[in-house]
Amino acid sequence: MSKILMKGNEAIAEAAIQAGCRYFFGYPITPQNQIPEYMSRRLPQVGGCFLQAESEVAAINMVYGAGGAGARAMTSSSSPGISLKQEGISYIAGAQVPCVIVNMMRGGPGLGSIQPSQSDYYQATRGGGHGDYRCVVLAPSTVQEAVDMMAEGFDIADQYRIPVILCGDGMLGQMMEPVEMGRYTPRKLPEKTWATTGMGSRKTPNIINSLYIDAAILEQKNAELAAIYDEISANETKWESYRMEDADYMVVAYGTTARIAKSAITKIRAEYGIKVGLLRPMTLWPFPSAAIAEAAAKVKAVLTVEMSTGQMVDDVRLAIAGSKPVEFLGRSGGMIPAPREIIDKLVEMAGGKA
Amino acid sequence: MRRIEVHIGHYGSGKTEISLNRALELAGAGEKVTLVDIDIVNPYFRSGEQTELLEGAGIEVLRPTFEGTNLDIPSLPAEIQRVFVEKDRRIVFDVGGDPAGAAVLGRYVRYFAEEPAEVYVVVNTLRPWSTSVEEICWMTGAIAERCRLPITGMIHNTNLARQSTPEQLVKGQELLEAAARQLSLPVVRTYAQASVIEKLPTAFRDRLGISLKPLSIYTRPEWLDLEADVE
Repeated sequence: MSKILMKGNEAIAEAAIQAGCRYFFGYPITPQNQIPEYMSRRLPQVGGCFLQAESEVAAINMVYGAGGAGARAMTSSSSPGISLKQEGISYIAGAQVPCVIVNMMRGGPGLGSIQPSQSDYYQATRGGGHGDYRCVVLAPSTVQEAVDMMAEGFDIADQYRIPVILCGDGMLGQMMEPVEMGRYTPRKLPEKTWATTGMGSRKTPNIINSLYIDAAILEQKNAELAAIYDEISANETKWESYRMEDADYMVVAYGTTARIAKSAITKIRAEYGIKVGLLRPMTLWPFPSAAIAEAAAKVKAVLTVEMSTGQMVDDVRLAIAGSKPVEFLGRSGGMIPAPREIIDKLVEMAGGKA
Repeated sequence: MRRIEVHIGHYGSGKTEISLNRALELAGAGEKVTLVDIDIVNPYFRSGEQTELLEGAGIEVLRPTFEGTNLDIPSLPAEIQRVFVEKDRRIVFDVGGDPAGAAVLGRYVRYFAEEPAEVYVVVNTLRPWSTSVEEICWMTGAIAERCRLPITGMIHNTNLARQSTPEQLVKGQELLEAAARQLSLPVVRTYAQASVIEKLPTAFRDRLGISLKPLSIYTRPEWLDLEADVE
């Protein structure tokens, strides 16, 4: 397939359609409005349904319903809207309904700003809603990667019957890059025998539910979910290692921030001769803790860069368990770190010289 | 050439970069120039963000009231009306994308009725909804209907950002000229990055003559394109 120039938001929408998603339920919010806009134009062309719900709460519950019936369904929003969806996401996780949720993060807390941010890391990776559950959290750093991850995200959701969150920041949604659709090879997936599609020849009804009156039965359910989460951790953890072969310092950053870090690494190696590499988590949950611990063993110190006041840095510290110093550089509120700020911080960490 | 030039088109077609380039070109030729950013649909990568560059070149910039702030409110300053009165200035309008972004022009219809403007549709044939004659004609028609102004020409801006090639531009020119013929409109300008222009076939360059213009990129942060090099 040939390349075209797409905004991140448009590319994510098209990738979802190409992955077989025919149901989009959402409510507008900047900076992700191109997703519902694109869906509203494209879904009718492919026999799908675009529905602008009366609220984010309604939208996520429509996803719950469509996903429960076995359809590939999604919603998208930005930070405050994702907060509103949390109850529904918890129900979806409890009922084990596959779906994909896109969060193009903007500055918070509260109504915040419409500029890019990564301050929903805790919300995405720590549950967000109530109860013992996990969502798989994918963190693309280019528009092409967002396209590929969108396709794989639907497969992961179906394979493990779990909600998958694609976590980008507003910048990724707005930036334009050449992309190619259909690079991802779909997985072979089992039939959705659990879906509520009518009795057919079955003797017992399929029920989609997250209510367990008996505590002992719910505990059993929690154990089943925990076992699935362990399996996902073992199979689906992804990261990129960039110029780590000879690195004395390691930057850990994801999404847009990782691209800025790469630019800083190229410059600092050329200007100061300081050997810096990057480890970029591509899944925020499951988090690449083992890879980070292994890489950290070979460097003098670690710098985590985020568009937040420090969230993923907690997971980095947990991963390396105090074996190396971990520094943090963050911008927040919608501000974007410049390559120069990262360079200055690394030079300071290296004692001002190579 | 009319005094006021308006750039409309599909979002992401390159209106903002072209508006910046055009304003700087006119200022470089000694004109008094005002750039009006009336994009009220796009939150990022805006011409109003380039105020320092533009004012440094002596260009006046008018921007939406809450642009660049957290307020997602489509409010325009009354000051914009001034551009229809100050007849000694050249005016470049950078309008929001799609029919939705173009609708804002309707507010100024009575001023444009008194003094008609050049209204150019910017097209990148490597963008979705712009990849065929049918799509280009549909998009142009939808925008024309919403902005309530007669379109006077088309601007060609086929590109794949840093992965742009001369072949893409030549193919895009053919496609856009076919669409323009169907719409009975001229293709008034073709923009390309200098690195693409220098590799274009001589016959193509000769045919386009001065309508072929080099495009400088102002709104893309430099770190955005590192990845393209890596790939």
